[in-house]
Amino acid sequence: MSASVTADIAATDAAMEAPTPGRDFYVRGEHHPENGTLLGFWLYLMSDCLVFAVLFACYGVLGRSYAAGPSGADLFDLKLVAINTGFLLASSITYGFAMLEMQQNHKGTTLFWLFVTGCFGASFLALELYEFWHLIHEGATPQRSAFLSSFFTLVGTHGLHVTFGCVWLVTLMVQVVKHGLIPANRRRLICLSMFWHFLDVVWIGVFTFVYLMGSLA
Amino acid sequence: MTPAHQAPESVLFGRLSLEAIPYHEPILLATFAVAALGGIGVLAAVTYFRLWGWLWRDWITSIDHKKIGIMYMILGLIMLLRGFADALMMRLQQAIAFGGAEGYLPPHHYDQIFTAHGVIMIFFVAMPFVTGLMNYLVPLQIGARDVAFPFLNNFSFWMTTAGAILVMLSLFVGEFATTGWLAYPPLSGIYSSPGVGVDYYIWALQIAGVGTTLSGVNLIATIVKMRAPGMTMMRMPIFTWTSLCSNVLIVASFPVLGATLALLSLDRYVGTNFFTNDLGGSAMMYVNLIWIWGHPEVYILILPAFGVFSEVTAAFCGKRLFGYASMVYATVVITILSYLVWLHHFFTMGSGASVNSFFGITTMIISIPTGAKIFNWLFTMYKGRIRFDLPMMWTVSFMITFTIGGMTGVLLAVPPADFVLHNSLFLIAHFHNVIIGGVLFGLFAGIYFWFPKAFGFRLDPFWGKVSFWCWTVGFYVAFMPLYVLGLMGVTRRMSKFDDPSLQIWFVIAAIGALMILCGIAAFLMQIFVSILRREQLKDTTGDPWNARTLEWSTSSPPPAYNFAFTPIVHDLDAWWDMKRRDYVRPTEGFIPIHMPKNTGAGFVLAVIATVAGFGLIWHIWWLAAAGFVALVATAIVHTFNYKRDFHIPASEVVETENARTRLLAARA
Repeated sequence: MSASVTADIAATDAAMEAPTPGRDFYVRGEHHPENGTLLGFWLYLMSDCLVFAVLFACYGVLGRSYAAGPSGADLFDLKLVAINTGFLLASSITYGFAMLEMQQNHKGTTLFWLFVTGCFGASFLALELYEFWHLIHEGATPQRSAFLSSFFTLVGTHGLHVTFGCVWLVTLMVQVVKHGLIPANRRRLICLSMFWHFLDVVWIGVFTFVYLMGSLA
Repeated sequence: MTPAHQAPESVLFGRLSLEAIPYHEPILLATFAVAALGGIGVLAAVTYFRLWGWLWRDWITSIDHKKIGIMYMILGLIMLLRGFADALMMRLQQAIAFGGAEGYLPPHHYDQIFTAHGVIMIFFVAMPFVTGLMNYLVPLQIGARDVAFPFLNNFSFWMTTAGAILVMLSLFVGEFATTGWLAYPPLSGIYSSPGVGVDYYIWALQIAGVGTTLSGVNLIATIVKMRAPGMTMMRMPIFTWTSLCSNVLIVASFPVLGATLALLSLDRYVGTNFFTNDLGGSAMMYVNLIWIWGHPEVYILILPAFGVFSEVTAAFCGKRLFGYASMVYATVVITILSYLVWLHHFFTMGSGASVNSFFGITTMIISIPTGAKIFNWLFTMYKGRIRFDLPMMWTVSFMITFTIGGMTGVLLAVPPADFVLHNSLFLIAHFHNVIIGGVLFGLFAGIYFWFPKAFGFRLDPFWGKVSFWCWTVGFYVAFMPLYVLGLMGVTRRMSKFDDPSLQIWFVIAAIGALMILCGIAAFLMQIFVSILRREQLKDTTGDPWNARTLEWSTSSPPPAYNFAFTPIVHDLDAWWDMKRRDYVRPTEGFIPIHMPKNTGAGFVLAVIATVAGFGLIWHIWWLAAAGFVALVATAIVHTFNYKRDFHIPASEVVETENARTRLLAARA
């Protein structure tokens, strides 16, 4: 060790030992820590993402186990799914419009775009339920094969999330009507926004890996 | 496909009938009588002393992280007694069921006991203890007034308790799973386990799992967002670091458990074919998924224990922790590696030499950062002025015991060796060696270390030493014979044996279990004696051990607001730094303090979840549906409550702080 380094260390040690009477050890006024809601919600979304990861993994492993039953190519109606995907993607855009209006502090137009978003969400769910009903009607039930079990569970879990998103959306609209765009409601709208876009991203995965690749097989 | 051999179900009660009450089992009947009498006694006492209001206002609805932490610890302690009773019953059965003797437990009952023992010890003893410790300490260590989401914290606790209540209920209404603690299909499928046992298992863990995941989110947000000014990541106390890593693991693994159990329940309730033997299902998919949760889980438990040992070693050696940065890096490396080893739990699956080699090697690599930690603790002790108080005694005992457990773990990580030792008592001995010798010893070290902080008086050292020696010696006597038996090829989960030459080892193990019983009894005695002697054992300083981190800068027990003024951190071991630089405690200029308000919503939601879970277990569909609707409705109603905080008036802060000033002056 060179002499200068040793001297440096000695100097640092001395500085560390020296009492500093003027040093502040506490905040004298009120201390406001950062709000953790958005980070917390992100973390929740990542945990939810893992739920989908498990369902995707199951589909990846079991998605070709037809048990002599129908395959994706036999069942999927890509046109229907394309329309459905359109609904969901459009709902993400309209949610974006709602957020822009919220930034401008326009309560009425925010509510309008939230309403449009909810309508797209409900249409998506209606089409999905129709698709499920149709499949079950044809005998392609979740019990038929491991492929169908994992298909219905993955797509259904996504649908369940959209359902909860719609319930949440309605609740939030009531709260915005009641209290206006107060900070608490803005925070909640941002959380739901993240949730809604997250479901969109998951759907893109579902659309690609389940429907498109399933139709190829 | 629904199984053909299901019993008829009524609309009103599902499959619940008087048959479900095990009044023909004398052991259960006696247990029930004792539990009922005890329960009635407690309820009567609470009523007689008019404590219901106090209990509701100050504890059940409390969102104070300190109180929630204490409640977690109490839950863990109660469940420890249950889980240990199961252990004693197993040891007794295995010690006597030889040479044609059946023992006193029929196989069906025995199978429930080993399943319940594992489930309870991991989910409802170790997890509440660890979560309780983190809940209590993390905000104090980072100079915060509460966690990031105080309501969620209360909700998490009650969801964990709801799961524990369902497991306890299975003792007296119906039965518990007979599948082993991870409920592998196809054994846990509807054909092999048509009863309610596996359903109790699924819903207890599902409900408790929600609580655990949310508590993980909560503590990460707390640590990331709420640290006192000046506390950079590399100035965080090491226990807070290990808590952070542990909670990252919780958030990244418990959803996998939830999803896997949900798929198992779909197989059982709806008739899907994820893990079934026919129509394309794959049981090994379940085994993979459950261990993708299960392996990180053991690190969720051990990392905070490592944090405790680090704090204890530094405090009781009067030195800064040796290699703080390397300790942090080791913790983070363990966190990451814990995701890359899950397959070592089933080398015998037959995934081939390359896959097994990969997972064998990653498993062995984990021992490197862990070994680094052991050396860090040793070097902290080296040339330190070691005080052998109880927390330090547990730490030393841990270092020896855990090293043995770690070495047998590396043995098991060698795939060819594992083919011989898989599911043998050698494995049982190994994981008890690391979980008792690591997690539990760490929890005891932590309890002795922080008890004076939480309650304002120390625990009586005499009974503590009795407990320590009973536990340590008892552990070796109870588990070393299992290593021997495992090497001789004895498999786990057997209710009786043929070879009489093995009996002596089981008898020795049973004696060890009885010694541990003495350790638990001494621990309870210690708490009792300490409460009686609390005036002599009182801690008036707030810093009874001359320790180093921020929680020791406030009073014991800390006021509701933790710190009258938020501390500013200049160095690692902030409190040590403050003491060294002649910090003067502020005695005036107090201002009102902004705090979250209590709420009963978490408790109500957890009660509804328990009822809904009960409905699902017993196929009482209307109850399950009503419970679900009530759950969503209550959650929505709760979101309409915008008034969630209040200010503690300055006069109250002044009063509290003046009381402390007088206490400190009286001592000086």
